Amino acid sequence: MTATVPPPSADRASRPAGPRPSPPPLARISWARVGLELRLFARDRQQVVFSFAYPVVMMVVFGSVLGGDDSPGGVPFPQYFLAGIAATGIMLTSFQALATSIAVERESGQLERLQLVGTPPVAYFAGKAGQVLVTTVAQVALLLPVARYGYDVPMPADAGRWLTFAWVAVLGALAGTVVGIAASALPGSAASVGTGVSAVAVVLQFFSGVFFAFSELPEWMQTVAGLFPLKWMTQGMRSVFLPDEAAAFESGGGWDHAGIALTLAAWAIIGVVICARTFRWRQGRE
Amino acid sequence: MTTTGLQPPPAATDRAALTVRGLRKQYAGRSVLDGVDLEVRAGECFALLGPNGAGKTTAIEVLEGVRSRDAGEVTVLGEDPATAGRAWRARIGVVSQGEAAGPALTVQETLDHFAAYHATPRSTADLLDAVGLADSSGTRVARLSGGQRRRLAVALGVQGRPELVFLDEPTTGMDPVARRQFWQLIRELRAAGTTVLLTTHYLDEAAELADRVGVIAAGRLVEVAPPDELGAALRRQATVRWLDDGAWREVRTEQPAAVLRDLLAEHPHGEVPGLAVTRPGLEDVYLQLVGAGAPEVDA
Repeated sequence: MTATVPPPSADRASRPAGPRPSPPPLARISWARVGLELRLFARDRQQVVFSFAYPVVMMVVFGSVLGGDDSPGGVPFPQYFLAGIAATGIMLTSFQALATSIAVERESGQLERLQLVGTPPVAYFAGKAGQVLVTTVAQVALLLPVARYGYDVPMPADAGRWLTFAWVAVLGALAGTVVGIAASALPGSAASVGTGVSAVAVVLQFFSGVFFAFSELPEWMQTVAGLFPLKWMTQGMRSVFLPDEAAAFESGGGWDHAGIALTLAAWAIIGVVICARTFRWRQGRE
Repeated sequence: MTTTGLQPPPAATDRAALTVRGLRKQYAGRSVLDGVDLEVRAGECFALLGPNGAGKTTAIEVLEGVRSRDAGEVTVLGEDPATAGRAWRARIGVVSQGEAAGPALTVQETLDHFAAYHATPRSTADLLDAVGLADSSGTRVARLSGGQRRRLAVALGVQGRPELVFLDEPTTGMDPVARRQFWQLIRELRAAGTTVLLTTHYLDEAAELADRVGVIAAGRLVEVAPPDELGAALRRQATVRWLDDGAWREVRTEQPAAVLRDLLAEHPHGEVPGLAVTRPGLEDVYLQLVGAGAPEVDA
């Protein structure tokens, strides 16, 4: 009887008898993707340092240099700056980090491997979104104590403001995630995509009232900034960290939460449409 | 189908694993595939052999469903790869040239991660063993040698127990030991009934593994035959060479004995200087088929 038994190795390669079970559900692959993305993020020292250090270092630099200055409405500059740099941090961990890393993954053939094992694109996006969410939370958890204890920025006392903080952060991270995925499909090498995306991120910071009080910027700059999510995220964050009197200095004379929610949601939707049309697993000719 | 040899491979069935009719593909007006017809039977090992740029990779990518085609009918495991879904993809395995999940992962982590994508994956320990990476399971992918990365790609390609495996130049960059090990892995897959389609530019690999070889050149399949019958017509052609007054003479013929008889009759008493009768080897046949080197024009 032993003579008819196939070699063990052949047995291992063969399929179990019966019809082939269906591929694992989307949720299981998405979950595996989130775990993988976080593990890869944690091992990428450059990304970790950049994501976590940038907002903190900026807070320290601007808090130390301009700590005594006042923003419009008599708000101390560090308090005004915290709102802007918190919004910027979210843009970096979502938009900039994703556009860059996805372009690299595409160029190195990692996305090709995912395509070949039949990964649903949604599972891949879910992994990225999960990673963005976790890193954003960690980043904010680092930044807020620095502002509070280093530069005496008062933290909001009421739950309503923290609720605002939560929805602005989540909606902003969501918009940044989908726009980042969309931007990763820009033509050119991964390095050139990375450079282009960083350039956009830097210019948006200057235009959106992160480094300077938004109300003091030239009108055309305000108009341009109003088209992009970062301006609205900083405004939302100001509504969390600044006193209510400061709302008078906003472009519309108020915090305009509806406008913030609508603009961020619109960007998220536009981003999804662009992703659906342009996302590709591979580079090059077709 | 009958086979001879010490280790007869399991017989291919009559069922077609894939069929291709009139496959065409152009890039920017340049024809890469120019009317390819092909049939691979379930259980068979088929090698697409050809020089770089012949269209091997494009052809295999169309079959894998990751590249569009301009014309032609393609059926792989009963479906058109251009429109087939996840259930179809679960039945095929691809060993590609691309990276795995990320250079910061270890070999073990990479295989454990991709196990989540398959309904009934082979165990990581088994895969590590089969591709000879058991000693490197804790090594990060970034630190693997080129040959070890190829082995990891092979492991990922067969992890889901595919019915049909595509291998695009699987042994490029492997050392001779790794190649032998890889060949053994292919034999094991075949013993389990897996259909194998591989591309290679190594003749010995095609001869070693394949039931049939398709020679592809300039986007066309110029011949399909079992390796030992490849270029049968060309192989019947013998070359008779000799020196005639200090100049080389050469005759190509299917009847070398007749040429020799005439030649010997012209030299009834002396030697024929430089006389040689040669038949083309597999490599000469291959070079002629792909229209590359022309062995007969050496000075």
